[in-house]
Amino acid sequence: MKSLEELRALKEQMQGKMGIRHDSDTDIKVVVGMATCGIAAGARPVLAAFTDELAARGLNHVAVTQTGCIGICQFEPVVEVFAKGQEKVTYVKMTAEKAKKVIEDHIVNGKVVTEYTIGANLNNR
Amino acid sequence: MQEISLNILDVTQNSITAGASLIGIDVVTRGSELTVEIRDDGCGMTEEQAANVTDPFYTTRTTRRVGLGIPFFKMAAEMTGGSFSLRSQKGVGTTVTAVFDTSNIDCMPLGDIGETIFLLVTQNECDFVYHREIDGRSFTLDTRELREILGGIPLSQPEVAAFVKEYIAENSPDGREITEREIR
Repeated sequence: MKSLEELRALKEQMQGKMGIRHDSDTDIKVVVGMATCGIAAGARPVLAAFTDELAARGLNHVAVTQTGCIGICQFEPVVEVFAKGQEKVTYVKMTAEKAKKVIEDHIVNGKVVTEYTIGANLNNR
Repeated sequence: MQEISLNILDVTQNSITAGASLIGIDVVTRGSELTVEIRDDGCGMTEEQAANVTDPFYTTRTTRRVGLGIPFFKMAAEMTGGSFSLRSQKGVGTTVTAVFDTSNIDCMPLGDIGETIFLLVTQNECDFVYHREIDGRSFTLDTRELREILGGIPLSQPEVAAFVKEYIAENSPDGREITEREIR
């Protein structure tokens, strides 16, 4: 069973190597809407999918943050991706599965997943 | 909201927005009674705000006219025959307590409380003391203790977050509950 002793060992291990993330090092920001509307629509597994998948892939240049209600509750769960030098991309009606595809296509390969964006979903709310 | 743990995640966001530096979350099961308490040392509310906060058509936001988080939580508890209370003092903090009768057919499941706590403690800067108890078996997670061990390494650091997730899953009595059921 995991104990705090293990955390101490992990810290010793990590101190020796680089790669501790600071927010100033990140060039992509993923913002998940975590207000009542977002949570009720399923934002928790989406946020968990982003944190888990980014950690599994070792993508330390991506920061995941949360925000409140941005006013498009009918499109929740909403995720905004801010990449340096690019326009903001708003993904709507997200799921954990869609989050993995956004990481693979957009964050890793730089290709926006157009079908999940708000622009592609305006007519089928 | 389909899980009590989602309500907990939502209501705790209020404490974070209120600028809390320490948030206490107790989830205590005694027989069929489940008590959830969320305490913070955030900015607190005026008497008028505290009296109105359970009204879904009251909000301090100016962007829209509804505020549903607390009303949902209150309703979820009260429809099981349980109770809800909120105490707040401007400049001191807020405590929200909800009691559920889990034997009532209208009681929603607690759901994945581990994921709620994991996301709260690893994705926020403030400290948390999470206390989970099931009929005398208890588990307490104090992020101040974790931060002391970690020095300057943030809880959001992927390797650390992965540890925290496992630590909660393995030490919380919810985890043991599942194991025992699987053994049987």
